Amino acid sequence: MSTAVGSLTIPRPHAERTGLLVWVASVDHKQIGIMYMLAALVFFSLGGIEALLMRIQLAVPNNHFLNPDTFNQLFTVHGTTMIFFVAMPMLAGMTAYMVPLMIGAKDVAFPRLNALSFWVMLFGGILFYLSFFTGGASNAGWFAYTPLSEPGFSSTNGVTYWICGLLAAGVGTVTGAINMIVTIIKLRAPGMTIRRVPLFIWMTLVNSFLMLAALSVLNAALVMLLIDRQFNAQVFAPAFGGSAMLWQHYFWGFGHPEVYIVILPSFGMISEVIPVFARKPIYGYEFVAGSTVAIAFLSFGVWAHHMFTVGMGTVLDLFFGAMSMTIAVPTGVKIFNWTATLFHARIRFTTAMLFAIGFILTFTMGGLTGITFAVVPIDYQLTDTYYLVAHFHYTLFGGTVLAIFAGFYYWFPKISGRMLSERIGRWHFWLTLIGFHTTFLVQHFLGLMGMPRRVFTYPDLPGWGLLNMISTIGAFILLASVVALVLNLYVSLTAGEAAGDNPWDAWTLEWATTSPPPPENFTRVPPVHGRRPLWDLAHPELNDERVAAAAEA
Amino acid sequence: MSVWVTLHPLSPGAVTIERLFVGTVVVLSVLFALVVALGVYAIIKYRDRPGAAEPAQEFGSRRLEIGWTAGAIVVVAALMVFTASATIAVNPPADANKPDLRIVGHQWWWEIDYPDSGVMTANEVHIPAGKRLLVDVEAADVIHDFWVPELGRKIDAIPQHPNWIYLQADRPGTYLGTCAEFCGPEHAWMRIMVVAQDQADFDSWQTAQRAVPPAPGSGLAAAGAQLFREQTCINCHAIAGTGSTAKVGPDLTHISTRQTLASGAAINSADELFKWLKDPDSIKPQSHMPNFQLSNEQVTELVAYLEALK
Repeated sequence: MSTAVGSLTIPRPHAERTGLLVWVASVDHKQIGIMYMLAALVFFSLGGIEALLMRIQLAVPNNHFLNPDTFNQLFTVHGTTMIFFVAMPMLAGMTAYMVPLMIGAKDVAFPRLNALSFWVMLFGGILFYLSFFTGGASNAGWFAYTPLSEPGFSSTNGVTYWICGLLAAGVGTVTGAINMIVTIIKLRAPGMTIRRVPLFIWMTLVNSFLMLAALSVLNAALVMLLIDRQFNAQVFAPAFGGSAMLWQHYFWGFGHPEVYIVILPSFGMISEVIPVFARKPIYGYEFVAGSTVAIAFLSFGVWAHHMFTVGMGTVLDLFFGAMSMTIAVPTGVKIFNWTATLFHARIRFTTAMLFAIGFILTFTMGGLTGITFAVVPIDYQLTDTYYLVAHFHYTLFGGTVLAIFAGFYYWFPKISGRMLSERIGRWHFWLTLIGFHTTFLVQHFLGLMGMPRRVFTYPDLPGWGLLNMISTIGAFILLASVVALVLNLYVSLTAGEAAGDNPWDAWTLEWATTSPPPPENFTRVPPVHGRRPLWDLAHPELNDERVAAAAEA
Repeated sequence: MSVWVTLHPLSPGAVTIERLFVGTVVVLSVLFALVVALGVYAIIKYRDRPGAAEPAQEFGSRRLEIGWTAGAIVVVAALMVFTASATIAVNPPADANKPDLRIVGHQWWWEIDYPDSGVMTANEVHIPAGKRLLVDVEAADVIHDFWVPELGRKIDAIPQHPNWIYLQADRPGTYLGTCAEFCGPEHAWMRIMVVAQDQADFDSWQTAQRAVPPAPGSGLAAAGAQLFREQTCINCHAIAGTGSTAKVGPDLTHISTRQTLASGAAINSADELFKWLKDPDSIKPQSHMPNFQLSNEQVTELVAYLEALK
């Protein structure tokens, strides 16, 4: 009901909506953020089930639990799901929820566009999963190499559904990126200069430019592949004068920046969590922020390290090897800065902090095995083996997922108004860490034993069966860790302790409002005189910029 | 047979890669140990103790930042120097053009031919030990990848894009490899076997392979030969002397001399061959070998014929 005030008609407030409409019709960044995260959680369960089915099939040699085509659909859908419908929406949701709060804004710059981004992503995911009911999902791998993904070699419509699902999600990502760029540039609270924004905001800003450029490459390539499939254009069909390798250049031109797209926001969350629980500001703020910019630029010059075996020639191989090693430097700088933040600190081992520390160690391993792939001849030998599968799970699970859990335990009280159980949280952490390393550590060795990836079964060669069995057991420990997480969520939402505004004694603006925040976010945004507004409120005389200037003098 | 095949190099190229790998792993392990040691030291030493006050607020040190950035650059620059020399060493020159061996990836088998001698075979690569061969790797349908870990690098087999590698085994032996690029349903059973022999053994193998097997005169084998022509086997498989040169499926001229069937999916015996012809899916589901619904008698005849192809 509208209420007439003089000649003005005030629109009915959103709170009057009831039932599902509160969510479906919402343009509130917090509700959209929550929907993103819930969708990601559902897809995470699906991707996890797919992984477990594959691990059951691979537990013993010459297994017949799944037929080859089912297995190939599963690894295609698992990879696609985890990247496009878990990692990206989860990070998009945390970004959509947190960015306006952290910069002291009421909402994102374009709230309706924000809703559009979410809904096209969701429908993209549903469309992609519908392919299971149309004769089979894509079985060409998440990388869909041509000509295997061309009509001559894929008889179902799976790849077409895959293309359309990713195009929808890709449109959502591009619009979401534009929204974040404008929000961060235009809507920061007075006093919050770009040198004072939290590092999560820095990373989100840089990352949004990365998404804008990288997803555009993918979307264009997907349209070309779609035209190949539907109208026989033969762009990527070598038998008719197309180029199989062109697709690889396009795909990895997107695909390698994509790796950073799912890790940069994770770096941002780690850079928020570690300082708060170390009770110190981040070590080397400018270097953590600056190295992010360096990573973003370099990430567009490393794509062909996915292609060292296609026969590009020694010169190109070495160029991309050198670029890939170079990108390790700014990444290493971040790891040193996080570790340095722990020195002279007063470390509180909350679940969020445990995940952050677990992230540093696990991600460092993944980063270092990544360097072995930049050493070109090692890549010649080990790429497309289980050593590679281990490597990228150390970066994507050990990196992105552990960081997401750190951020999730850190921000959940703000989002829900309730604390998560620290006791169940510790169970969740240790099960995740042990399950993860049990699953993936042995896969390095399988690769060194010559086991290729993407095989539905394998011959009974010495050692292969044992290590695969260990890996499968690890996957079930990971299942137990997810049960602990869901239990924790349930216990917290039904009987969790009230969080209060700022349970961690943190310093950034999202903690200056109630938990959960009101629809307009803030009744009053505190003044911003430095990187840590709430620290300044408590210790006006110890403002970071003043202390740093005094130290300089 | 070695378990750690990538760490058990048997060719100059594989040795170069293995040394580079071990050296790189040592360097990176030191770095990892450094991060772990610093982290563990910090989380033990600086853990929260009851009643402790907020620690001193520090913001970083430009000197340290420049120091570790420079340190990291030195490490990767050094790695890059070794990388460059090894890469140049393991690859054939860009103008390589006269192959000793041509290997073509098909869904899901390997066509192998020796341009000099005209020998054609499949899935089992015979080479003379101690000799460096230049190999032209191609693909007939989708992208495959030829990889025998003990003998060195892998290389993609890409349609319309021939690639070149060196293939060498320092000593005689049987080395297992596999297709290393996902190529469809039966990617898992697209395995490779390289048989390295002394020059004399290799020469006699090559001579035997060049011979045209005699057509069976009578009995089961003759009936099998008849079926081979009638049941359309001949449309896909070549057997010297039958007039077929088809390359849809593997050349069967000397099938009974090979150790495995269906690219390593089964050992080559009369029993397995029987199962393969009776129901290919029981050995390699979703392969392109059709099930012709042959009777047991017909399969027995075909097996007799194929077993006679020595």
